Amino acid sequence: MMKKSEYMNPYLAGFLLGLLLLVTIFITGRGLGASGAFKSGVVAAVSSIAPAHASDTHYYLEYAEEHKGNPLKSWLVFEVMGVLIGAFASGLISNRVKLKLEHSPRITSTTRIIAASFGGLLFGLGSQLGRGCTSGSALSGMAVLSTGGIITMLAIFGGAYAFAYFFRKLWL
Amino acid sequence: MAPLVPDIIGNELNLVVALLIGIAFGFILEQAGFSTSKKLVGLFYGYDFTVLRVFFTAGITAMIGVIAFGHFGLLDLNLIYVNPTYIWSAIVGGLIMGLGFVVGGFCPGTSVCAAAIGKIDAMIFIAGSFLGVFIFAEGYPYFEGLYKSGFWGYPHMFETLGMSQAAFAVVMTVFAVVAFIATTMIEKKVNGKSNPELVPVRMYYGLALTVIVISLTAFLMPERQSDILNRSSNEAVLNSFDPMKMTADELAYRIIDNDRKLQIMDFRTQDDFKQLNLPGSENLTYENLFGKDAAKTFSRKNVDYVFLANTEDEEKKAAYIARENGYENVYVLSDGMNGFREKIIDFRMPSKIENRHEADTYKFREKASILIPELIKENKDKVTQEKKESKRALGGC
Repeated sequence: MMKKSEYMNPYLAGFLLGLLLLVTIFITGRGLGASGAFKSGVVAAVSSIAPAHASDTHYYLEYAEEHKGNPLKSWLVFEVMGVLIGAFASGLISNRVKLKLEHSPRITSTTRIIAASFGGLLFGLGSQLGRGCTSGSALSGMAVLSTGGIITMLAIFGGAYAFAYFFRKLWL
Repeated sequence: MAPLVPDIIGNELNLVVALLIGIAFGFILEQAGFSTSKKLVGLFYGYDFTVLRVFFTAGITAMIGVIAFGHFGLLDLNLIYVNPTYIWSAIVGGLIMGLGFVVGGFCPGTSVCAAAIGKIDAMIFIAGSFLGVFIFAEGYPYFEGLYKSGFWGYPHMFETLGMSQAAFAVVMTVFAVVAFIATTMIEKKVNGKSNPELVPVRMYYGLALTVIVISLTAFLMPERQSDILNRSSNEAVLNSFDPMKMTADELAYRIIDNDRKLQIMDFRTQDDFKQLNLPGSENLTYENLFGKDAAKTFSRKNVDYVFLANTEDEEKKAAYIARENGYENVYVLSDGMNGFREKIIDFRMPSKIENRHEADTYKFREKASILIPELIKENKDKVTQEKKESKRALGGC
């Protein structure tokens, strides 16, 4: 078995990821994504828990109009299920599968939990405004040279650099 | 021609493809080290630029691949999903995501990847993301103004900047390479030692050189579509091109005969076409002869395609483009639509008839001049069906 800390050469990994993205566009005409699956998940949950609410709220109606059928039967939901499988397989091979709350030794688990949930909340919200996240908007947008995608990419990384200083205690 | 969905790969099979692509996606992300927040935020603090290396290498690879596939006519770039540009929500959404990144340590794709190998912080991040989407959905009336403001359409970055596609690709690539070199230096400074894996070796130089040579030769050649269009406007080229011809009489006969092995392609303007269109004809532009829809149209076996325009020269141009795209069985209508009008639709019996053959021809034309306008009129009532065009793929998040 490989040593635990060994990761793939980043340029090789990037090249493979780029080829995968290219193949994805070639086959399906669309790029990779992730946050869209979260959106499908939320819509599906709301529609089944509170169908009445979903049927009189603007957002869910707009979603239903754009996406016919069961929200969970979407391309991105299947793709993200694949990500779970693929990442798990990779973790197994490289001996990295372990239940663990990872955080910097300088912060407590509670701090990490709060930060992770807030960070997730912000990312979830931002990905809706940005019409996609790092995968769907930034990476795939760059591949097809979309102005919107590239601007979102610049904003994500620019924003992260701008705010990084204020949250350095979480990581350093 | 690609994309393969929905014609070659159906929508159901596409979901299986999604699963397989997802598996590869997850595997690569995890192998690259994207399953730990410590590595992911490293680039914002200067100690680990793995994310930047993987991200830019992937983006550049895919971008050059997409351009090259489009360039060589393998992929119809008009059918692939291009993210729309809503300038304000792209900027504000991006900034919020950036904040989420340094606070949470993940982005959605990487959080799924990390959760898969048991990172509890990643699972919490995912739960938070669901909540974030839910807040957006519930507060949509408040966000909608921002969400839909500043719509620029679906532009490409090189168009927005007023550059050529190839020039933009070169700029991006140079930018990425400079970023790779600079961040390696920053990393070394912050960590006090260089990363032995990343010391450039000769193999990298070799690979980089090969890629540069290939892409330069490829992009220096004119783009295929505009090249063909240019040649098709060249008189010398057209003069030496001798397509198959169909006479007005044969065309009229086959229309009256309701010949199913005949497909009329009309290259006149939309207005001309609306005013008068022959039964079963399709209105096209020269550009329509490229791309996936053309491949579909011309895929019918044993069909004669008759190209129609006001003059024969314009028909010849279209036929030339069709031939360059590999489409056969194309005929041009002798003397063009103008000739067809004169000989058939507006036929007047000449006072002088030279011989028997002419007499027969005129007799036929006289009949056709009554029948064809009737068929045209009948057809006009029927032509309400919409044109079936391949739709752009839907994507995004």
